[in-house]
Amino acid sequence: MQESGAALRTTIAPAAPAVALGDVTIAFRLGGNAVYTAVEQASLSVADGEFVAIVGPTGCGKSTLLNVAAGLLAPSAGTAAIFGHPLAGLNRQAGYLFQAEALFPWKTARENVAIGLEVAGTSRAEAQRRAEDWLGRVGLNAFGGRYPHMLSGGQRKRVGLAQVLIRDPKILLMDEPFGPLDAQTRQIMGNLLLDLWTADRKAVLFVTHDLEEAIALSDRVVIMSAGPAARIIGDWPVRLPRPRDIAEVKLDAAFHALHREIWNTLKEEVLKGYAQTGGG
Amino acid sequence: MSRVTLLSLQVLVAVVAIAAWHVLTTVPILGVTVLPPFFFSTPADVFGRVVQWFVEGSIWRHLWITLVEAMLAFVIGSVAGVLIGFWFARQPLIAAVFDPYVKMMNALPRVVLAPIFALWLGLGIWSKVALGVTLVFFIVFFNVYQGVKEVSPTVLANARMLGMNERQLMRHVYWPSALSWMFSSLHTSVGFAVVGAVVGEYLGSAAGLGYIIQQAEGVFDVAGVFAGMFVLAAFVILIDAVVSLVEKRLLVWRPVAAETRT
Repeated sequence: MQESGAALRTTIAPAAPAVALGDVTIAFRLGGNAVYTAVEQASLSVADGEFVAIVGPTGCGKSTLLNVAAGLLAPSAGTAAIFGHPLAGLNRQAGYLFQAEALFPWKTARENVAIGLEVAGTSRAEAQRRAEDWLGRVGLNAFGGRYPHMLSGGQRKRVGLAQVLIRDPKILLMDEPFGPLDAQTRQIMGNLLLDLWTADRKAVLFVTHDLEEAIALSDRVVIMSAGPAARIIGDWPVRLPRPRDIAEVKLDAAFHALHREIWNTLKEEVLKGYAQTGGG
Repeated sequence: MSRVTLLSLQVLVAVVAIAAWHVLTTVPILGVTVLPPFFFSTPADVFGRVVQWFVEGSIWRHLWITLVEAMLAFVIGSVAGVLIGFWFARQPLIAAVFDPYVKMMNALPRVVLAPIFALWLGLGIWSKVALGVTLVFFIVFFNVYQGVKEVSPTVLANARMLGMNERQLMRHVYWPSALSWMFSSLHTSVGFAVVGAVVGEYLGSAAGLGYIIQQAEGVFDVAGVFAGMFVLAAFVILIDAVVSLVEKRLLVWRPVAAETRT
């Protein structure tokens, strides 16, 4: 049944992938003539409606790659295309959920969620009404009037999710969005994300260092090597049935088999990454 | 510590200090008055003078003049500081060109400007306002500049990804950030506005708290000097309380009062 659902989608979906990165290399100029190559010749494509997770050791340039997909960073070499069109400037089709605090601290939760619509020309009243609706969807009905500092880390992430999703982007880019949260909250946020995504399947590119989280959430897991000059070294489809519950899917035998298989590849890179960054 | 305990301790400090002052100026110890009243006055004389001013009503005019000068200095200095701070922060080239001059002017002790302002603007309120403006402007200017420069890059990237154009970035990101920095320096800038007014009056005027103190000093009226200082202190505390109220209202989104740069 799951298979037929996926097949149906592919027939509707346009042929061009939502995100296509071709041989992307990203280098930064350090002091003097030194050049630091963060990512080398990474190719990656995300089909419309597909949930792809990028996993790699700390400091391997996963976020850098995501910034290229967002248009926040131009690659030094290679191509980035969004739905078949080369990306120039910001990726207007994408919503980006950041790892660090990105809410406007001087706006209430409701204003934070509404702002994306307001700047696009929606009337304030209408934007606030829809923001209220979205706050409800992320379980924050009673918190619209609070400022970010009055919310917990998990609640702020919920606001961030609503802030991004209210604009209905075709592509969702997520940079370790649940990184700073505790284990239980991560699980709850993971399930919330899956619920929202199931309701309206967007292409998702989800960066994480947590392999379990990646397998539990995604359709495909992409592994990056340790930096510098990180490459994409593996690509595994995740054939676990949906809808999934993050906590339950982790008890599945197929989950364990896949985890073990991917981990064998990832382990070496993690150790290399540690050696290079001194464990930091 | 509870509020009551804190307040009683604060009052205790004042009581002890005033009692010591009273004893040392009025009770001879081993036949010697440690602090001669001619130089140090006595709490009773000072208190009597303050009461006399308020009963006669002569003090109100001076308070009013000082208040008007301070308010004008604050408003003009803040508006100029916000506008120019914003402009410099958004135009790095302008900021770089003017950088040494801004530093030079900020390093200049403003007191030396007072006679010039008196010469240019006369002995009325405007020479005092000008002095206050030179003090307030730099505080607000540096804070606004910093506020615009130090917008979190993540918040900025988020704003862009949410579809904001330059004008909207200005309104929803740079402006609130700059204002929050300015508000966090409200206490300092309001305080300096008062300092500018009083120092200006002290150096040459016909009214104001600084004028009262200066007049008393001229005739060795120590009680008058101290009384002027006490009225000034009470005046500043009152203004500070008003600023705290305003601040609480405006910075409701802030977790804790951020540090102030001066």
